[in-house]
Amino acid sequence: MGLAEAALQGDRRAMARLLSWVENGSLEGQQALATLFPHTGKAHIIGITGSPGAGKSTLLNQLAREFRDRDGQVAIVAVDPSSPFTGGALLGDRLRMRDLVTDPHIFIRSMASRGHPGGVAHATRDVVTVLDALGFPLILVETVGAGQAQVEVARVVHTVVLVEAPGMGDEIQALKAGLMEIADIIVVNKADRPEAKQTVKSLQSLRTSLPAGHHGFGTGISVEEAPVVPVGWEVPILQTIALENEGVFELTNAIKQHYDYLKNSGRWDLLLRQHAEAEVEAWLQRHFQQLLNQKIGDTGYKALVDAVVRHEIDPAKAAAQLLEAVTRPVSKA
Amino acid sequence: MERKIRVLIAKPGLDGHDRGAKVVARALRDAGMEVIYTGLRQTPAMVAEAALQEDVNVVGLSILSGAHMGLVPRVIEEMNRRGMEDLPLFVGGIIPVDDIEPLKEMGVREVFGPGTDTSVVVEFIRREIGSV
Ligand SMILES: Nc1nc2c(ncn2[C@@H]2O[C@H](COP(=O)(O)OP(=O)(O)O)[C@@H](O)[C@H]2O)c(=O)[nH]1
Ligand SMILES: [Mg+2]
Repeated sequence: MGLAEAALQGDRRAMARLLSWVENGSLEGQQALATLFPHTGKAHIIGITGSPGAGKSTLLNQLAREFRDRDGQVAIVAVDPSSPFTGGALLGDRLRMRDLVTDPHIFIRSMASRGHPGGVAHATRDVVTVLDALGFPLILVETVGAGQAQVEVARVVHTVVLVEAPGMGDEIQALKAGLMEIADIIVVNKADRPEAKQTVKSLQSLRTSLPAGHHGFGTGISVEEAPVVPVGWEVPILQTIALENEGVFELTNAIKQHYDYLKNSGRWDLLLRQHAEAEVEAWLQRHFQQLLNQKIGDTGYKALVDAVVRHEIDPAKAAAQLLEAVTRPVSKA
Repeated sequence: MERKIRVLIAKPGLDGHDRGAKVVARALRDAGMEVIYTGLRQTPAMVAEAALQEDVNVVGLSILSGAHMGLVPRVIEEMNRRGMEDLPLFVGGIIPVDDIEPLKEMGVREVFGPGTDTSVVVEFIRREIGSV
């Protein structure tokens, strides 16, 4: 029996090994993904994103317990950045999830962002695909809030929960505005802090300044292609005290409401199309990269870039040459 | 295709100091490994379950409480119960010299005392895992 089959039958060690295969981008992993793909498409995938220290992991710990009671099984994927210098990573989200560790209905996997081919969103997608195929009805994905990576979560999940903590300062408002465009639900955690009210207020005013119905359209489909959907979803701003499990039940309700909204409004199908496009594109890139490595290799590639640097060839022509080399039929020999 | 050495650093037992465990965790990260750190007061079942879910290549236990002769066999038992008999295990902390051999007989691959240079731990793991 293959690993995928063993995992499908509930072997947790096989599940964990399968996730490694997929995360490593190995050939076995690619084959397993193909085997598992027909089993996917059932899970509700929820992204929990926000600045480091906002309380995402603590909140996840509570959310997962709540959802476990409601939906039976929950998987958590916690993504943390790799060091760009050493490639290593310290994955500490489990620190806040000790309640869940030995729960047989919960599976937690920590993941480093690495230099994944196709980007971290693509690698996360593969891991989530496995968990979806294995029958987890809810998959919670924690990502650290920084720039592009954050926006890319939207390519992987159905519902984006943005977690803020009070007192982060007004200077990052502009940044927040960018994040708010992808948020479906906003949470001000650490509501036990007196500054929480102020944070809620400033988020409320930011929310009203956003173009209506804009959120969630960060990827894939252009506005022209998008069917005209009634806005229909007002991004709620909730308050939680994750440490004391306060407001968490309300958050699970909001997440369920968002799911219902997606299903009833037709947004769900639109999202699936966006995700599918992003995935096909990512695989196309990967295949192309592999071909490039096989047919030209690193040195050949660098030589061409060097030639562009020396102004011996223009960049468009260099790219055309690469494309030609990749698509050239196998030579006479 | 990219592979990384994945390490679980865990603190079973009741002692409340994790300075040493954190120093090792950071050193391993700086050596390019992915380190899953689980924090204080882990039960043997929690350690084994985290090792399983994270599919780590090696597990390091930090024990300062003096309870290592009781804790280590229980961690090993929980790991075996989950089919992880072959997973390399090392122990760091305050371990009397006389306990080192018995620990190794239980299946611990290496024991590191308080003053151990972190580079020694890095080397040990690289040797133990081979080239992942
Ligand atoms: N006062 C307060 N502290 C919290 C709350 N939730 C989390 N924290 C603390 O915030 C810190 C960061 O939490 P963590 O969950 O690791 O944040 P993450 O980096 O966003 O995952 C920890 O020390 C938590 O104990 C809360 O509701 N109130
Ligand atoms: Mg976290």
